[in-house]
Amino acid sequence: MRFFEYEAREVVKRAGIPVTDFGFTTDPGEAREIAQRIGGPTVIKSQVLTGGRMKAGGVKFADTPEEAEAYARDILALEINGHMPRGVLVDPKAEVEQEYYAGVVWDGTRKQPVMIFSPVGGIDIEQVAEEQPDKVGRKHFSNILPFGDFEAKEVIASTGVTGSALNKLTPIVARLAKLFVENDMTLAEINPLGRLKDGSFVALDAHMDIENEARGRHKKLLKDLGVGDEETRQAREATPFELAGEAVDSQDHRGVAGNVTEFDGNLGLVIGAGGGSLTLFDAVRAHGGQPANYCEIGGNPSVSKTCGLAKLVLQKPGVDKIAVMMSIVSNTRVDIVARGVIKACLELGHDPAEKIAIFRIPGAWEEEGFKILEKYGVEYADRSVSLNEAARRAVEKIQGTTAASETGAPGLIPGGHT
Amino acid sequence: MSILIDADTTFIVQGITGREAVNLTRECLDYGAGAKVVGGVTPGRLGREVHGVPVFDTVAQAVAHHGAPIDGSVVTVPPAFTKDAVFEAIENGVKLIVIVTERIPRRDVAEMVELATLRGARIIGPNCLGIIVPDVIKMGGIGGPARNAAQAYTPGPIGVISRSGGMTTEMSSTLSAAGLGQSTAVSIGGDAIIGQSYAELMPLFEADEQTQGIVIYTEPGGRMEAELAKWVTEHNSRLPIVAFMAGRFMDEMPGMSFGHAGTIVEGKEDTASEKIARLAQAGITVAERIEDIPSLIGDKIAERSAV
Repeated sequence: MRFFEYEAREVVKRAGIPVTDFGFTTDPGEAREIAQRIGGPTVIKSQVLTGGRMKAGGVKFADTPEEAEAYARDILALEINGHMPRGVLVDPKAEVEQEYYAGVVWDGTRKQPVMIFSPVGGIDIEQVAEEQPDKVGRKHFSNILPFGDFEAKEVIASTGVTGSALNKLTPIVARLAKLFVENDMTLAEINPLGRLKDGSFVALDAHMDIENEARGRHKKLLKDLGVGDEETRQAREATPFELAGEAVDSQDHRGVAGNVTEFDGNLGLVIGAGGGSLTLFDAVRAHGGQPANYCEIGGNPSVSKTCGLAKLVLQKPGVDKIAVMMSIVSNTRVDIVARGVIKACLELGHDPAEKIAIFRIPGAWEEEGFKILEKYGVEYADRSVSLNEAARRAVEKIQGTTAASETGAPGLIPGGHT
Repeated sequence: MSILIDADTTFIVQGITGREAVNLTRECLDYGAGAKVVGGVTPGRLGREVHGVPVFDTVAQAVAHHGAPIDGSVVTVPPAFTKDAVFEAIENGVKLIVIVTERIPRRDVAEMVELATLRGARIIGPNCLGIIVPDVIKMGGIGGPARNAAQAYTPGPIGVISRSGGMTTEMSSTLSAAGLGQSTAVSIGGDAIIGQSYAELMPLFEADEQTQGIVIYTEPGGRMEAELAKWVTEHNSRLPIVAFMAGRFMDEMPGMSFGHAGTIVEGKEDTASEKIARLAQAGITVAERIEDIPSLIGDKIAERSAV
């Protein structure tokens, strides 16, 4: 989960890293008061979880508190890449001599965190790495040995930084490394890290991501920052359809029938499991089909949960048919999924044979499942029919013609945001 | 032969009294020659039995009861307790640990993997279904009940490595139907950090005489495919590889993850299209459809043996 800049700066501050005397507000009048308190020129920054805010006019420099108020009013009303700002940050305009970069990320290959440091900051670190590779230092550190400040010192020194700058930067980078680990971050970045006229360093912007799986053990921090449990901060916010999917999935604890993402197509998908869903979604699109949704079934969900998911998809406006498809199941039972989707059709007054374009789930309890499907005249397939072929048949049925596989996949349109 | 496990492998199940673990134990006991499940661990349940397998409070008790080092452990405890369970197994001499549990934070996984490396142990997973040597042994829920596993997996020359548990079975079943059995199939897990990646398992398959070719299932997210491409290029591997890439649509949806936690794209090298290009550069064929895999790998094996 991504933090807003004002939250990330608070995390940095709590870790003992110097920050400017910034203020966050959602009110233009209050922005003026913060600017007054700061005294002197300020920077007003839009708080959005998207890049390119400078270019979009989301960052303005104010000389007076009145200007700060006016800019705050403009920026609070300014949408950037489809995001309305959470608020504005009012920051003293610092007299920066040089901008540095400090970051920590995971290296999945080494399976350790890696510190990244550069005396060239303020721009994208990947760009610096490409253009001036000798100006970027990297150093992994252990997951189980105690962290030593010397490790931070080494990564800084490796970029040619020495003198008092090295000694002032070492505790900052060390604290960043520790806060990354302690807070279960997947990204902790200070960019730029500014050196001021008096030689001191201050964090001028910060980007942080906390791992979703670890949110449970950082309840206090999230509460202090005012982050609600319901805030997922996905690249796009959940639609009502997706929230309804979550509600279905949480109705009981048996298995999964959810992870729904909405699209603007006419073929409803009741698919699984993790890898199977990815494969099937690609296959439907490769045959020119237009999925109405993505979802996942797995871990043997109950009949009522499967039924709930199928109903949700069937009731989505624009959905003509559903395709029920999974890779070979060993844990999830075929007959339970069959029961669930047929029940969904019947309860909505549909003929299962009409509404279910195809049922392709081979594996555990398949004989029982296929018997039920046969009874209702639903077209089904066993493992001799590939995932790809099942997807093709489903698309063909919904289009009423031979699938237009030669034309390739049409553009993917996320749904529910019109 | 096989990699990682064989008919003689002994293992325990940590969290054995959980619902899924009880099923998994039954499945492993029933499959092939019958796995040597020498004990189970659930704190507070000493003295019970699960399908005839004795339950202990600690791994140390299980080792003492067995009277010899235990080769492996299948860990199925909840995410908050997994790290401690794995540390316990490692510190009691277990060398192969299959972690089934999902939703474990990366930091915990990284700690477990680092300790395992220090002690010469190997971790498979987390968020995986385990390992199967067709008709011989399975360690974990892979393939499901013995009867279902026997339907999908057959012995033969192909090593299978997959980031998706279900797709391990789907691909193996497709290979089996085409007459290409598997030497060993490994579900390596769907998380961003896992114990053993493709490149880390390749030396084992390379040394296994039965294995003539490798089939992998892959997804967006992470650098594991780049690491494999590098390994193959640097080691002049004797084994031809065919890969299947799922989740190509995710390239159109930056910032979102689907299917498994590990599919989150955190750098430009992590996308499906970048990976496909990288794999192809290393001479790894990327199949468009699962059903194309048997002929692709079959042809590549024939090509190599003709040289």
